Amino acid sequence: MNEAVLEIEGLEASAGGKPILRGIDLVLRAGEVHAIMGPNGSGKSTLAGALAGRPGVEITNGKVRYRGEDLLALAPEERARRGVFLAFQYPVEIPGVSNNYFLKSAVNAVRQHRGEEPLDAMEFLTVVREKAALVEMPKDLLARSVNEGFSGGEKKRNEILQMLLLEPTLAVLDETDSGLDIDALRIVASGVNALRSAERAMLVITHYQRLLDHIVPDRVHVLAEGRIVHSGGKELALELEERGYAWLEREPVSAEARAR
Amino acid sequence: MSDHSAAAERWRRLAAEAAESLGAAEAPAVAALRRAGLEAFAAQGLPTTRLEEWRYTSLAELAAHDWGLPGAAAPEVTRDLVETLASPVFACGLLVFANGRFVPGLSTLRAPDVEVVTLAAARRANDARALQRLGSLVDAKLHPFAALATALLDDGVVIRLTAGARLEQPLHLVFLSEGGDAPTASHPRVRIEAGRGSQAVVVQDHVSLGAAPSFTNAVTELQLEPGARLEHVLLQREGPAAFHVSNTAAQLERDARLATHVVSLGGRLVRNDLVVTLAGEGAEAMLHGLFLCTGERLVDNHTFVDHALPRGTSRQLYKGVLAGRSRGVFRGRVLVRPDAQHTDARQSNPNLLLSDGAEIDGKPQLEIHADDVKCSHGSAIGRVDENALFYLRTRGIDEPAARALLVRGFAAEVLAALPEPALAEALGDAFAALLDAP
Repeated sequence: MNEAVLEIEGLEASAGGKPILRGIDLVLRAGEVHAIMGPNGSGKSTLAGALAGRPGVEITNGKVRYRGEDLLALAPEERARRGVFLAFQYPVEIPGVSNNYFLKSAVNAVRQHRGEEPLDAMEFLTVVREKAALVEMPKDLLARSVNEGFSGGEKKRNEILQMLLLEPTLAVLDETDSGLDIDALRIVASGVNALRSAERAMLVITHYQRLLDHIVPDRVHVLAEGRIVHSGGKELALELEERGYAWLEREPVSAEARAR
Repeated sequence: MSDHSAAAERWRRLAAEAAESLGAAEAPAVAALRRAGLEAFAAQGLPTTRLEEWRYTSLAELAAHDWGLPGAAAPEVTRDLVETLASPVFACGLLVFANGRFVPGLSTLRAPDVEVVTLAAARRANDARALQRLGSLVDAKLHPFAALATALLDDGVVIRLTAGARLEQPLHLVFLSEGGDAPTASHPRVRIEAGRGSQAVVVQDHVSLGAAPSFTNAVTELQLEPGARLEHVLLQREGPAAFHVSNTAAQLERDARLATHVVSLGGRLVRNDLVVTLAGEGAEAMLHGLFLCTGERLVDNHTFVDHALPRGTSRQLYKGVLAGRSRGVFRGRVLVRPDAQHTDARQSNPNLLLSDGAEIDGKPQLEIHADDVKCSHGSAIGRVDENALFYLRTRGIDEPAARALLVRGFAAEVLAALPEPALAEALGDAFAALLDAP
């Protein structure tokens, strides 16, 4: 079996003093793409926040190991430099900071951690242009302030551009499909697929099945009330699309979901 | 006797001595100005925090020093030093002043449509034409420091742009102050007269040398004739022992356009009074300010935009960043007089507090006496956006760097409005360096 990239064990977390995650167990191995689906309020974004180190997400129990290392002990920037990437559901607008400068700072912070030389302005420009083309990102968005005045689709494309530049080992995509029309969805998915490889693992969090037509997962997990209540292959996503989530909440947690 | 009145008395004596010591060769116009300044200063004294205008800004530290006039020996200033301290501006003219006095050897001018008369030269030549216009825009009776500067009138410059003149590059004035053995005060005067339809950018750049206390008390007058376009950049980048008080007054005639930029990145105590009068129809004034206070520094900006005639437009954007135990003050007053119909006046003053010990007092003030106008104002105090901070950190940028990036981003809007991109970049770097300094 491939190396485990992410091992989540009995993870419990609360946000704003309210328990949200009530015991998550999940293992992602190199080369795998897992989808987390679930209704609103099931804890999907809290799980993403817990993995990235979002302030306000308080871990109350459990362990998370990333390539054998205690992920929860690391600051958000340390996680990022080791190859953990979170694509935000709501990318943040940062007035006055040019997207180009931001992207270069991020790339060089990660390169420095890897013991690589920082890219100079010209080298960076070559790389960023190549990656921006993959997500069909208009050039002027690089010169503008980070996400400021970007459309929903442009913001999500900018997230994927960052992912392509940072080349993470573990990518967590938090509802990257929300607010996207079908063209933008296709572009974003092709960006994600470009990064799929035997060394990487991806956790695709989504409410709807449609993203999974484009990013085909190896496993699908259903999150409800802070627990994984069902796990299956990619066909589970289709089943959820047809039947909704309600039927799962009445069924006992599958033995398989427990085991994983 | 309190520190304030003792200091006022010392200055009064200094000014009285200056008035008496005038040689027979001195221009009568100067003598008259100094006498009037002395009277106005004696009547007002040094302002205290009991005055509304000075409520948040104590001058106790300034008053504690025994300020002398610049000595006869000017500080050693070289071209290299000017280039090191001053902001890089590729200029059509460079005028250097050391402790308020013009340094001809370092000054150059390559613009045919500009007439430059230094006050020292005007005094020697008894050039009444240049001298008599001084003080027409800044009322010494209302501003004690303008009165003091007039009482101690020494050197400075009157710049006249001929009608229709178009300066392709900025005119750069560098004021370098050096405290020396005794605390030294200089009272430089600048008067810019932009003739009808002329266009220019003037950068007034104040820097200091050495760690000894210095005090700059600058009076700047900007006269814009019909259709003139002037950008005036006031840079304050003195060291931590420098005091700086500035009085700037501008008068805009019909369809004139003024943009001011006040960037304060240094000094122990900085107080800026900027008065802009829209005295002609269709005049337009843009006032930009950026101040960064660290340690225990204080920067106080007072603006007053006076809409006197119809169809005037004014925009004010002042941003403050406060760290440590510093203090900031912004008081922006907009007056729309009864005749000033169709005025469009907006004012905005967002501030960023970086520590619990820092404080900002913002007070926007609108007085509207006309009924068909558009006016708005807003003052806000915020902290670094935690969500944005987290976002940057998830991209590998460590927390201090992420904070610095966000703070610089906050300042960027004001810097971007500067007339020269190279200047914006240099000031952005200076801003970051000051933020980073212990």
